[in-house]
Amino acid sequence: MSADSKFPLSGVLDTAQLNKLTQAISGLSQQQLIWASGYLAGLAQSSDLQAVSCAPEATSNSGPITILYGSQTGNAKHLAVDYSKTLNDAGLTSNVISMLDYKPRKIKDESSLVVFVSTHGEGDAPDDAVELHEFLASKKAPKLANLKYAVVALGDSSYEFFCQTGKDFDERLQKLGGQPLIERLDCDVDYETPVAEWTNKLTEILKASAGAIVTDEIANPQLDPSVSAVEYTKQSPFSATLSEVIKITGRDSIKDIRHVEISLEDSGISYQPGDSLGLWFSNDPSIADKIIASTHNDAGDKVEVTGQQMTLLEALTSKLELTLSYPGFVKAYQAATQDPKLGELLEDRAALRSFLEECQIVDIVQQYPADISPQLLVDALRPITPRLYSIASSQAEVDEEVHLTVAHVAYDAFGFAHQGGASGFLSSRIQSDEQVNVFIEKNDNFRLPSDDDKPIIMVGPGTGIAPFRAFIQERDAREAQGDNWLFFGNPHFTQDFLYQTEWQSYIKSGLLTKATLAFSRDQAEKIYVQDRLLENGKEVFAWLERGAHFYVCGDATKMAKDVESALLTIIKEHGNKSDADAKAYLVALRKAKRYQKDVY
Amino acid sequence: MSNEQNLVVEGKLSDNERIKRESKLLRGTITEDLSDDITGGFTSDNFQLIRFHGMYQQDDRDIRAERQKQKLEPLHNVMLRARLPGGVITPQQWLVIDKFAKEHTMYGSIRLTTRQTFQFHGVLKPHIKSMHQTLNKTGIDSIATAGDVNRNVLCTSNPIESDVHQQAWQWAAKISEHLLPKTNAYAEVWLDGEKVDSTQEDEPILGTNYLPRKFKTTVVIPPLNDVDVHANDLNFVAIAENGELIGFNVLVGGGLAMTHGDKSTYPRKADDFGFIPLDKTLDVAAAVVSTQRDWGNRVNRKNAKTKYTLERVGVDTFKKEVEKRAGVVFEETRAYEFTERGDRFGWVKGIDDKHHLTLFIENGRILDTEASPIKTGMREIAKIHQGDFRLTANQNLIIAGVPEDQKSAIQDLAEQYGLIHPTVSKQRLDSMACVSLPTCPLAMAEAERYLPDAVTEIEQMLAKYGLPDESIIYRVTGCPNGCGRAMLAEIGLVGKGPNKYNLHIGGNRNGTRIPRMFRENISDVEIMQTLDELIKKWSEERQEGEAFGDYVVRANIVAPVINSAEDFYDASVS
Repeated sequence: MSADSKFPLSGVLDTAQLNKLTQAISGLSQQQLIWASGYLAGLAQSSDLQAVSCAPEATSNSGPITILYGSQTGNAKHLAVDYSKTLNDAGLTSNVISMLDYKPRKIKDESSLVVFVSTHGEGDAPDDAVELHEFLASKKAPKLANLKYAVVALGDSSYEFFCQTGKDFDERLQKLGGQPLIERLDCDVDYETPVAEWTNKLTEILKASAGAIVTDEIANPQLDPSVSAVEYTKQSPFSATLSEVIKITGRDSIKDIRHVEISLEDSGISYQPGDSLGLWFSNDPSIADKIIASTHNDAGDKVEVTGQQMTLLEALTSKLELTLSYPGFVKAYQAATQDPKLGELLEDRAALRSFLEECQIVDIVQQYPADISPQLLVDALRPITPRLYSIASSQAEVDEEVHLTVAHVAYDAFGFAHQGGASGFLSSRIQSDEQVNVFIEKNDNFRLPSDDDKPIIMVGPGTGIAPFRAFIQERDAREAQGDNWLFFGNPHFTQDFLYQTEWQSYIKSGLLTKATLAFSRDQAEKIYVQDRLLENGKEVFAWLERGAHFYVCGDATKMAKDVESALLTIIKEHGNKSDADAKAYLVALRKAKRYQKDVY
Repeated sequence: MSNEQNLVVEGKLSDNERIKRESKLLRGTITEDLSDDITGGFTSDNFQLIRFHGMYQQDDRDIRAERQKQKLEPLHNVMLRARLPGGVITPQQWLVIDKFAKEHTMYGSIRLTTRQTFQFHGVLKPHIKSMHQTLNKTGIDSIATAGDVNRNVLCTSNPIESDVHQQAWQWAAKISEHLLPKTNAYAEVWLDGEKVDSTQEDEPILGTNYLPRKFKTTVVIPPLNDVDVHANDLNFVAIAENGELIGFNVLVGGGLAMTHGDKSTYPRKADDFGFIPLDKTLDVAAAVVSTQRDWGNRVNRKNAKTKYTLERVGVDTFKKEVEKRAGVVFEETRAYEFTERGDRFGWVKGIDDKHHLTLFIENGRILDTEASPIKTGMREIAKIHQGDFRLTANQNLIIAGVPEDQKSAIQDLAEQYGLIHPTVSKQRLDSMACVSLPTCPLAMAEAERYLPDAVTEIEQMLAKYGLPDESIIYRVTGCPNGCGRAMLAEIGLVGKGPNKYNLHIGGNRNGTRIPRMFRENISDVEIMQTLDELIKKWSEERQEGEAFGDYVVRANIVAPVINSAEDFYDASVS
């Protein structure tokens, strides 16, 4: 295989450069080429490239197409980067850029804009989108009469404010005078197919709209820094080996938290502290059986799922989502079964929401048993999606392993035992030495400072401790001199101090400068990490003033908000700032990537 | 032997001596440890120093390995031993400790000990200061109930001889106070007391390096030897004339602790120094303590107790030094006799016409169970009781000083809450064990948890061989340190390892003979087989009224221990 036969490079490199590169890569295997692409990507990243310009210059009559993404877990970013490549392949010019790195006022200069944005928690914008999101709703927002735009909203229909941030962008852009190029796409967790269809349409529209003189130049090979050096992905995961699952809460704990160790041996997979691990799982067959029984079907019934033939039992255990409930299922199930009570429920949003919060799919079906054909049942369910866990290890310490900290969801309801999908799978359905399909989900929005002398403050109650175990392992291996301050909380000191003995040895060795603990139920009044932050406000602010990076990991709905409000209070109080100035201080921290969140 | 050179053991001092010397009179860095919330434990030196304040750091040993795998430290907590001279506690105080045990201890129990006091088990670090402050407010402290000091002073719990008991108990309290550390450390560390510069303080009796080893003192009222004088360093045997206490015989140098495999250690009975009048009591107490302070072995902790000092310098030398320091001459010892050690259960009437109810508390454990909510029962009694409670050296409890018109109300409550056991056998009443596993860090084998079943087996043997109304003083101790006082039992078990014990037999009923080792390192099954054979023989061959311990000596099954320093390990010497 010669390099130029597949990837014509003229226009990016001059002939001499091209020859050198061709010479350098001749004879490399596919794996080596993949490695080299990651290496070059790293180089590109370290030279502080903020926008990846994918074509040499504008070739159309209108301005370049700007693709903005606001991404918490990386999905929106992947889609944006991929789409930029598609457009360039189609001969259009596009710039893809994170909303975090985008100057909001620049939006008045845009003519064509494509937005990929996700929604979190209770309809919240992802961290990198917060500023632009707010700006567009503010009085400072400019008129956008010349703007044509398109929005892809990513979300999860099991949440009440489904795709809310995308809806907000659509509404706000339109209100400011923007013209939609195409109707907004609201995506659920199985977004791949709808996005592919929608972007095809959009590409045609953009071509037409640009009246483009499409050049026959094809873009250079994608030098996207976010692409892992090894090709295991969500679609083609690595079949890893489960090494060990240990319950790390004490025997009297009200929580069941597991430390999980997975071997990545021989995969060549590499990850960085801050990344997440995507983990595929199968459902509990006994739950699938219950669903089959309640719908009066047989385990061996033949069904088709995404074009594949299989038995109903197989589809329910390994292809379809059974633990998270969502309105779409109730709708489709009701349509097929014509259950009047479910019909009423669908009319009452609030009641539906609280019903869904308490029910897994099996509970809905058992409460409203009905005849439904196996194929309609399968069609009513959405595909199973892998779960993402913040990685709790650094490869500098654990080499070809990856560690997770997993809250095992287990409870009794409706007369039988329920478990979480992936946590139940890890904790009770597979054994050590069995296989588990995994992939790395990069998270460039949760990274240690590149300067090892910078202090860091880590706020990670509950399983939010996970990435900080990775951070401290990494700082240890790098012999980083910066101070490290951990805030951790959980119900009880004796039962729930996750990785206690490890933190103790880091304190003893001096690596961990301070550990500030909040055990909420060890005293009459509840104490949480945000309370400890406030108590230590003066020192927290002093750390920020000397350049500390501030990280939060864990619960998004309550904790992360309370921590942020505590942080604002601290900045106000100890920095003698007005509300607005404190907010600006925090925004500046976020923009400098010194305030990062990994919340869920 | 009077050569001054030979009175002090030269050599490299044990590390505990460094800890005491550097402790700033027992302060150490305990306060820093209290604010370190990343661990529930204390750091090395403070781990030792908190003992001088009446606490031991412990953990649940049953789950130590499990927690290590869970990346959790051992479940550190402290056990607190209160200072309660003579075991007297008021109903008001009882209500306070009952509440604290329920709200702030892991096990929710109050434990009565063989040293006439109570212990809280399982107090987590955040509650330690409030525990001391709560106790302080009700007039209780835990100063010097552990560590190298004079510990809680025992006093015979004889409710009948009310007047003599009252006088003897007052002496126990006075001796306890007189021998306490004088440092302000306890108040500073636990009660937020005013800070005092330790270099301006003095310890006139204990010395600023404190004693070489623990030191135990009793006041005993014959004929009861419930306090087991031979387990103690210093004993004041009450001598009364016409119901008036006139003075004490002083017995020095008892002690039961030993170390497995170290023949320089052995249990030893106390020597009788002679009689002193009452007004010399405190001086003699201080002189015995200070002599041991200066002459006790500070090089080897295993030979540091008073009993070894006596053996090394000679009883006469030690006694003369005490006479010199106290300014007394011991008179000829006054006649007395010990006849029994057990408590007298049920109601008795004292010579003051008050009534006293002695309750059997198995293993000294005050904890509600479904069948016997005895902790609640004690609380209900404390709410109405007008006298006091007395904890006995056999881990039982006396509701003392009940006026006639309250008797039936107390009786009703005791019955209602399972505090009175008509079915408890004499054998069970004569059995005792230390706490041992899972909380005691020194434990080598089960003791308290093993005792109830073992007693049941012995009861069955006695019944099988036609001796259902007999009993044997049976004691189990989880390690050779001797808290269960197995070395003064007719049958004594000393823990060596998991389900391994040394079996001693041949002590007597009144606690004046040390039992000899009969079988080494055997399991519970082997113990019961051995005892079955011995009890069978005893039932067949015993003389009228002959106790088990006396029988095995007379029948030459074991040779009696006569002078333990010489013949404990070697029967042929005697």
